[in-house]
Amino acid sequence: MTLYIIRRVLWGILLLILVTALIFLLFRILPTGDPARLRAGHNASPKVIADLRVDLGLNKSLPEQFWIYMKNVFLHFNLGYSYYSSAPVRGLIAERFGATLSLMLGGTVIWLAVGLPVGILSALRRGSRLDRLSMGAALVFVSAPEYWLGLIALYLFAADIGRVKIFPGAGSYVSLTSDPWKWCTSLLLPWLVLAAGSAAIYARLMRGSLSETMQEDYIRTARAKGLSERRVVLHHGVRAAINPILTILALDIATLLGGAILVEVVFNIQGIGDLAYTAIRHSDLLVVQGTVLLGALFIVVANIVVDVAYAYLDPRVRFS
Amino acid sequence: MSTVDDPPLLSVEDLRVEFPTEDGVVKAVDGITYEVGRGRTLGVVGESGSGKTVAAMTVLGLTRVQGARISGRVIFEGVDLLGLDEAALRRIRGNEIAMIFQDPSTALHPLYKVGAQIVEAVRAHQDVSKAQARARTIDLLGLVGIPDPGNRVDDYPHEFSGGMKQRAMIAMALANEPKLLIADEPTTALDVTVQAQILALLERLRAELGMAVMIVTHDLGVVAEMADEIAVMYAGRIVESGAADALLNSPEHPYTWGLLRSIPRLDGPRVERLEPIPGSPPSLIDPPSGCHFHPRCAYAQPDHARIDPELRPLPDDPSHSVACLLEPQERRRLWKEPAS
Repeated sequence: MTLYIIRRVLWGILLLILVTALIFLLFRILPTGDPARLRAGHNASPKVIADLRVDLGLNKSLPEQFWIYMKNVFLHFNLGYSYYSSAPVRGLIAERFGATLSLMLGGTVIWLAVGLPVGILSALRRGSRLDRLSMGAALVFVSAPEYWLGLIALYLFAADIGRVKIFPGAGSYVSLTSDPWKWCTSLLLPWLVLAAGSAAIYARLMRGSLSETMQEDYIRTARAKGLSERRVVLHHGVRAAINPILTILALDIATLLGGAILVEVVFNIQGIGDLAYTAIRHSDLLVVQGTVLLGALFIVVANIVVDVAYAYLDPRVRFS
Repeated sequence: MSTVDDPPLLSVEDLRVEFPTEDGVVKAVDGITYEVGRGRTLGVVGESGSGKTVAAMTVLGLTRVQGARISGRVIFEGVDLLGLDEAALRRIRGNEIAMIFQDPSTALHPLYKVGAQIVEAVRAHQDVSKAQARARTIDLLGLVGIPDPGNRVDDYPHEFSGGMKQRAMIAMALANEPKLLIADEPTTALDVTVQAQILALLERLRAELGMAVMIVTHDLGVVAEMADEIAVMYAGRIVESGAADALLNSPEHPYTWGLLRSIPRLDGPRVERLEPIPGSPPSLIDPPSGCHFHPRCAYAQPDHARIDPELRPLPDDPSHSVACLLEPQERRRLWKEPAS
């Protein structure tokens, strides 16, 4: 078990090195704006731009830049400095991680709290009005893009521009530590928008998984024991049906921790996604690399967590 | 041993179970009547698709949840189980009547320990502490012949062999000392050597605990070994029933003949070839007209496609009934002559 985890972690580190190399090359091969020229602003003299190139390390050869970057990232955990603001990328990410984490936490709680019960009820009453209604709604929310849903939500409910002014609008985010109540209210709309699509997906997943499980022989055994239907469903059905969903949940959480770009941009929340979005617009390559690497790190970690968790969730799984 | 006057433990009267499907109504059980006496063993025999499993599951109300339409009466100790609500039925399930299933490898929950699943069965009907239920579980595992039950109680199902899983299922079924054990194809999914062990175990437990057993199987060999009475099912109906000896030695229905001729016998005359029953089980949505067996029957007359035979007692043995349109003398003659 310990050996297995160590091996998985080593593989994960190797994977991250490859990902870093890939991102580095990708952003330099693809045509992009010249960071030095962008930083220098309008009408900058060639001399200023040339000096900036030296400052930013852009005058060195590509292999040299690559080597310096990799060394800094993996030996010193230093992600470099923003071409645009000179701020350390690690600091930028740390500064904004709280917002992304808040967004992910609330969104996940809401979509699980809505999606799983709806999925369970739909699975138990397949073909009923509730089932058709919830699966129809699920289809709508799955199909609706987040940025569209976000704009609609703001248009309808935001305190500044909304028809019904009940929720604080875009740009009202404050951190949990500075004002818990405002933190919560300002995030309500983003949470709901973020959760809508996922709640729909999880409802469908849960419905599919549970209706399959309820056909299993061991469900019949549970009924034959004389257990209440509630216990049959929750203790025997859901327990088995939830495993595949937890795998997807871990990966979804990891993806969100890498930044919910659309929701963050629409609601003007200064999170990782917003950081990446801004950095892309400024050709701020090192910041973009940093955020992509962060996302990759979470995915790798989530995969390891899922595999290890499975050993506890399913006794049939053994490591080899 | 029960006498004739005792009311039977279980008495099923004109039971019908239908499943509405997209292709039509499946008449899985089409008016069957049978009894199981206290401490007796009834064998229900038939091909797959004859409705025998549905009939057994309906006794416990397990077909209700699947949306079946059920009519008739299932009288257990004087109470019609079909009239009970879920809560009342639940107090009987796994308590007064327990059931074991065909495939023990899928019948146990893969994510819970074997012991925990039996503890759950104990605590579903008895107000005992976890420790007491666990002690009882270990006793039960020992009773069904699982070695070292004190340790195996904490194993997961995948750590048990097929035969051990079925033993564990039997232990679970016995948790509340049921008066009736329904065993649905209890040996079909097991190796031949293990089959014999499980049958011997069931027989021993039946004798020790004095419970009645209803064993559902396609295997006449299994019922020949265990059953006091036998009911042969075909296309949702009972086509022949009676005491095991009478039914096996002088079977009356051509379908029963087919079942008997398709299994090898050590005590009978040596036959060159086993004879399969021609054709396949009929559709339960649109069963054949008249006698349901006539399309596969070697002795069918033209009018057998029109007339629907009733299950009637034989004149000389009222405990032995058959649903066949052939004349009794004709049937005797046909059974005695070697099959063509």
